[in-house]
Amino acid sequence: MYKIVSKEVLAPKITRFSIEAPEVAKSRKPGQFVVIRADETSERVPLTIVDSDPKKGTIDLIIQDAGFSTHCLTCCEEGDGFLDVLGPLGRPTDMHKYGTVVCVGGGVGTAVLYPIAKGLKEAGNTVVTINGARNKELLILEEELAKVSDELIIATDDGSYGVKGFGSTILQGMIDDKKKIDFVVAIGPTMMMKAVAEVTRPYDIETIVSLNAIMIDGTGMCGGCRVTVGDEVKFACVDGPEFDAHLVDFEEQIAKHHYYDEEQACQMDKIITDAEQERA
Amino acid sequence: MAEEKRTRSPRKKPDRIPRQEMPVRSAQDRIQDFEEVALGFDAVLAQKEAQRCLQCPKQPCVDGCPVSVDITGFIHLITEGDFIGAARKIKETNLLPAVCGRVCPQEEQCEQVCVVGKIDEPVAIGRLERFVADYERNQGTVVLPEVAPPSGKKVAIIGSGPAGITVSYELLQAGHKVTIFEALHELGGVLIYGIPEFRLPKKIVAAEIDTIKKLGAEIKLNMLIGKTRTIDQLMNDDGFDAVFIGTGSGLPMFLKLPGENLNGISSANEFLTRVNLMKAYREEYATPVKVGKKVAVFGAGNVAMDAARSAKRVGGDDTEVSIVYRRARDQMPAREEEIHHAEEEGIIFNLLTNPIRFIGDENNHVKEIECVKMELGEPDDSGRRRPITIKGSEHLVEADTVIVALGTMPRKFIAETSPDIKTSDWGTFLVDEESGETSKKGVFAGGDIVTGSATVIQAMGAGRVAAKAIKEYLAEN
Repeated sequence: MYKIVSKEVLAPKITRFSIEAPEVAKSRKPGQFVVIRADETSERVPLTIVDSDPKKGTIDLIIQDAGFSTHCLTCCEEGDGFLDVLGPLGRPTDMHKYGTVVCVGGGVGTAVLYPIAKGLKEAGNTVVTINGARNKELLILEEELAKVSDELIIATDDGSYGVKGFGSTILQGMIDDKKKIDFVVAIGPTMMMKAVAEVTRPYDIETIVSLNAIMIDGTGMCGGCRVTVGDEVKFACVDGPEFDAHLVDFEEQIAKHHYYDEEQACQMDKIITDAEQERA
Repeated sequence: MAEEKRTRSPRKKPDRIPRQEMPVRSAQDRIQDFEEVALGFDAVLAQKEAQRCLQCPKQPCVDGCPVSVDITGFIHLITEGDFIGAARKIKETNLLPAVCGRVCPQEEQCEQVCVVGKIDEPVAIGRLERFVADYERNQGTVVLPEVAPPSGKKVAIIGSGPAGITVSYELLQAGHKVTIFEALHELGGVLIYGIPEFRLPKKIVAAEIDTIKKLGAEIKLNMLIGKTRTIDQLMNDDGFDAVFIGTGSGLPMFLKLPGENLNGISSANEFLTRVNLMKAYREEYATPVKVGKKVAVFGAGNVAMDAARSAKRVGGDDTEVSIVYRRARDQMPAREEEIHHAEEEGIIFNLLTNPIRFIGDENNHVKEIECVKMELGEPDDSGRRRPITIKGSEHLVEADTVIVALGTMPRKFIAETSPDIKTSDWGTFLVDEESGETSKKGVFAGGDIVTGSATVIQAMGAGRVAAKAIKEYLAEN
């Protein structure tokens, strides 16, 4: 059992957990993830490690309630535990000094972006971060990102906070203003990552994205996380999760994300029915 | 006849007992669920079958067994009615008789060289092994083997599949401390995630592996060596005196054809892991598994049969499942018994057929496979006749679910973090055949990580070889 040391609701349906996992805390690097299983009947869910404290032996995860399994995870409380935590998995982010890097985060993807931005800052880069969300309420990690960024731009789709607009549009604005950009990291909804890839492609700015693929074991065994990258088929779990944004087939990834929609809907219906029965 | 004690007279012809059939559930009945297909011998059948053994002094069957089970010895005990004694006799060299009795290809090993088999059908050694193992377990009389006094040495076992379990068992008996590192959340490796419940009930795997825990092995689940810790950390920081690597061959191979990433196409590893490890076929488990109305399974080994038969069970009566294979029936690598069971369960064999590309619908979901027909040409390096494409035979096969069972390759976590362990171009570990020792001192390996995809019993055989070498190594270092 991996004990939940603390739980904090960051935004509606977005929860931060600190979990006792000393071995993972010791060995993880930015960009890596864990696979967790809440209890015996749960799915194995891949989640990026947001932060770690090797001394306390804890890792931090940010979980968005976006379906049956993540819903069940966010229902766990401080003092409870997760049955299984496996990691760190995936390849760490290639951290070196690029010069000026722009980190574009969208929604809960910001949770994945944060450790990378932090690492890039520590590697001596000038870090410009665009922290995007649908609205003010859903924005996360503003304070943390401010600490590791030389410049932080807040963007909301509805303009309720910061600049109104998408991360990709803001990035295009920077390029139009002739701002020198050496490297871009984009993490968020697949559509948003695709948009950023299209913005930087004509200028040949090296751009990476972190894919949130469907996987079971996370150790290269199932191949459920296949992704077409250029002419090759890669496994997000062992070859990624980060890939060259200009080579990823995003349409394929979007289709894959919808593969289990029906099953998800069924399971969510069951939760609602169970809850109603309990009330009745 | 049944009470008559057999003598060594193979020429006794007229009243020879025929090989006893093992009761099996009817196909119609068993495809409704995941319960075991074969029901096993009862005591009467077992004793009758045991009497067929000639008790040959040369024991070719023992040489045919990768773990050298004293086959004539345990069969003799069955004839005497000492089933528990027979089970213990097997366990002197094989911790997993209930597993091996079910999944070993006996027809290529002990039973292939059985002397009775030269004039009649061989003694059903596998079925007898299964019977006594089940008997002992069901009687609750499983006893632990004697253990030597503590040696003060400790060994790290990486991977808890058949190889790792075998090494652990042998080292524990020799008094060494053993810590097993398993990446998944359950022990057993391929016995748990790969082989389906209807062929190998997980309760039985757990019961046999339990002995390892009772003998004091320390179990560390969710530990991926090469990621969570490295071999060097285990040896330098954690104080392990030796390491055994039995991480198997886990990376699934694909066909590398256009459209293979469409939705609805998965590896057999993914499909079987969802069903077996994650128990997706049970309603209370959250992991989904999808099977449509037309399933095509590529490959013709045991894994392909497991995937096809599992798909039939998940999909239900109106799901049509085909094995699509580019060679002919007698070249299929699966065990005859598995092919036979699949045929009985209504699996269609679409042979001499090879895919060219996968075609998707508007939702990026597979709907058809373009295939060509093949014919057999001259034998290739493997001795099997080479399949050759028949020109102009392109045709479409309807499929909404595709499972690719082409075999697996080793994963690289350890090779990448321990460059001093030499590997082949395929990623398999290069070891000394006599000892299983790798190019890194004190590090041994065995099973699929050395041979590429092979059988449970071959991995166990490699485990025994390595265990012996590790014991010698520990005595000297």
